[in-house]
Amino acid sequence: MDEKPLYDGSFAVVGGSFDNAGQVSSGIKAILKKMGLSSDVVRKAALVAYESEINIVSYARKAMIRLRVVPGSIIIEAIDEGPGIPDIELAMQPGYSTASPRIREMGFGAGMGLCNIKSFSDIFQITSEVGRGTYLKMIIKTNSGSLNS
Amino acid sequence: MTLHEIIWILEAEVLFGEDQLDMEVKTAFVADLMSDVLAFATAGSLLITGLTNPQVVRTADVLDITAILMGRGKKPSSETLQLAQELNIPILTTKYILFEIAGRLYAKGIRGCIEKVGSK
Repeated sequence: MDEKPLYDGSFAVVGGSFDNAGQVSSGIKAILKKMGLSSDVVRKAALVAYESEINIVSYARKAMIRLRVVPGSIIIEAIDEGPGIPDIELAMQPGYSTASPRIREMGFGAGMGLCNIKSFSDIFQITSEVGRGTYLKMIIKTNSGSLNS
Repeated sequence: MTLHEIIWILEAEVLFGEDQLDMEVKTAFVADLMSDVLAFATAGSLLITGLTNPQVVRTADVLDITAILMGRGKKPSSETLQLAQELNIPILTTKYILFEIAGRLYAKGIRGCIEKVGSK
């Protein structure tokens, strides 16, 4: 990661702001599209950002989503201050959820979020500390050639 | 199939996107669970749902969904409609239930985004 990123920006997400959930991800999508990345790659990145954003809005107090684009990859990190996840292995299981009715009303909270993030990322890392927060890192590989034209 | 034809088949009403009805779709996905839409729906498809909140539009935007069709006579909230305008995604509504919508469109040649899960 020595190379200077082609893009590096951070976006704040406030926990509980259900009405705006997805705004940051729409913004990330627009940025990546403008950079001329392929629509497949842009869709994957927007998708993992969106599921992360839904998780933040649903469970955390606040968070930053950082987007970096380097030749060959898009790196998205979601760093939240919140309750954390006591059992990551359990949380990663499809169908496991602690969602409130409010989250379910939005069409989420069925225990698919982290599974979706993992399956659409080329590299996925998660760490969490109970009472402090959760950190997600998602890397989507791009066609390195497509960035340099 | 164009959105015009879909509207005709399902006696649908256009709530936003009058100027985009010449757009074509070949595939569709039916769900009320947006996480499943995110997992399985493909770009350029029609999203058929009974949900009406802004997350339907966000989900459609993330996936490059061509248009949203709300079944069972559901209408979007004003926030949802406003977001659809902002992100320029057509919204249609029909009184048919989701099963009828899927059946009628399938009979006319529209297919699912995928046939089965687990083939990825």
